[in-house]
Amino acid sequence: MNSTAAAPHDPASREPVYVFEVPVRVWHWLHTFSFLALAVSGYLIANPLPSIGGEASDHFLMGNIRLVHFIAAYVFAIGFAVRIYWALVGNRYARELFILPIWRGDWWCGLLHEIRFYLFLSKDTPVSLGHNPLAQVAMFLFNVLGTLFMIGTGFALYGQALGIGSWADRLFGWIIPLIGSEALVRNWHIMGMWLMLVFVIIHIYMAVRADIMGRTSSVSTIIGGWRLFRNGRR
Amino acid sequence: MGDQQTFYEAMREHGITRRSFLKFCSLTAAGLGMGPEFAGKIAHALETKPRTPVIWLHGLECTCCSESFIRSGHPLAADVILSMISLDYDDTLMAAAGYQAEEILEQTVQKYDGNFILACEGNPPLNEDGMYCIQGGKPYIEKLRYMASHCKAIIAWGSCASWGCVQAARPNPTRATPIHKVIHDKPIVKVPGCPPIAEVMTGVITYMVAFGELPELDRQGRPKMFYSQRLHDKCYRRPHFDAGQFVERFDDEGARKGYCLYKVGCKGPTTHNACSTVEWNGGLSWPVKSGHGCLGCAEDNFWDRGSFYSAVTNLGVTGGVEATADDIGEVLAGAAAIGVAAHAAASVVSHMKDGSKGDSSHD
Repeated sequence: MNSTAAAPHDPASREPVYVFEVPVRVWHWLHTFSFLALAVSGYLIANPLPSIGGEASDHFLMGNIRLVHFIAAYVFAIGFAVRIYWALVGNRYARELFILPIWRGDWWCGLLHEIRFYLFLSKDTPVSLGHNPLAQVAMFLFNVLGTLFMIGTGFALYGQALGIGSWADRLFGWIIPLIGSEALVRNWHIMGMWLMLVFVIIHIYMAVRADIMGRTSSVSTIIGGWRLFRNGRR
Repeated sequence: MGDQQTFYEAMREHGITRRSFLKFCSLTAAGLGMGPEFAGKIAHALETKPRTPVIWLHGLECTCCSESFIRSGHPLAADVILSMISLDYDDTLMAAAGYQAEEILEQTVQKYDGNFILACEGNPPLNEDGMYCIQGGKPYIEKLRYMASHCKAIIAWGSCASWGCVQAARPNPTRATPIHKVIHDKPIVKVPGCPPIAEVMTGVITYMVAFGELPELDRQGRPKMFYSQRLHDKCYRRPHFDAGQFVERFDDEGARKGYCLYKVGCKGPTTHNACSTVEWNGGLSWPVKSGHGCLGCAEDNFWDRGSFYSAVTNLGVTGGVEATADDIGEVLAGAAAIGVAAHAAASVVSHMKDGSKGDSSHD
């Protein structure tokens, strides 16, 4: 294990490496399931289910869908805040989501290699201990910036329901005049959900593919935390 | 008297009794949401403060703001307010015309420099040096800039003056421009709506002339007392929204039962105005009460935001293409799914080719 600590980026290393610490793994799944709850409930807020009959006082369907959306939003936002804290105190891999090392030449080489690999232009399977450079770019743009955008626009809209002067309005209300009007913020909030969903589709595909065809573990790493290595592509 | 005349004296001159005056004060205090003790304060202010002249300019507009204003639900309010302001200058309401009318502007500037309120209905077109709106032989933009440079504060009446409204709709051939993008050095109160509610207009103007200051404004420059809540938050059909009971078509059972109009495009959830509380025509009705969704006429860009009959509207960046976030998102997510499937298939093919060649191609 000494060799892993001394040369953590040595692709030849075959010893398992502890990559994702417990808070990172817990956050990943909280983030996933709160996002799914937010996406489904949010879609149903914008495009409600077919109308139901009976007395209004007997039902609270939209109210409950909004409640799910707001509870999931708090999990999503507070979880992300804790995750940012963990980026400061956690291991080196905990920071990879937030800082793209664009000043490093080998990072750019790795990025180019990744792109060539996924376009079938290179047969040489890249190996990364944490996130590979391509994944880092995608996660930073769609997940980190996307999450910040969704939290900002979401709480700005929430502040309109809570009322002028509420904490959400005071902290995030400035976003509405910045984007234009509340209707426009709402539309971009919906667009943000779709962009994050596109990321989720590609992210799951890449992770499963890396697990099956790559030389490192991937799905089991985000569950157990350890990155395992295999020799060759099989 | 002349310059020293108070609002109260001006009203008495126009035949308004003290009883009516006090009723107006309490009505206005209630309308502004200020509590009973403010009726006395308003009365005191109007009795002691010298009358502030109001100049009412008209740019590119349809006069619906004036039409709304003179139909203020409480006839008393209209009488009192009109006696306070109409004498000075309002193209459509005053008796004077031609040179006589234009002279009033000059006189007001000389007599009340820095002390009059400029109420702007409509907006100036900037293209072709403002030639799309000529008044008294001069482009309106020149008149607006001249009067604005001498006024105390500006009221931007309606969505035209506040946001641009229909004449500023894409592609905005005359470059109609809202007041706050033309005048930068004076305080501006936006009173959006197409038109604004009469009671909102009289409330704002009374507050400004009575207290000599602007009402508290939100981030977008609208008086908080009337624009701090969405229609949706006070809508009488809100229980149907929360229950999940919607009008799906204008001729269905839900429409007859008065269900929520959100699914047929009501913009109440994103529109800030007082319609659902103050209502229109003296509390007679308002769009949702009459069975039609809110168009969002008090919101910026409502005219270019796509369908009035769809809950999700367009993003404002798609140019001529009328696409909503859901349209674009469904295409993107579909493309991602197809791309992933194609890449997976290509990976399998590539892997099998390597396998058939043996393991010599790598490691």
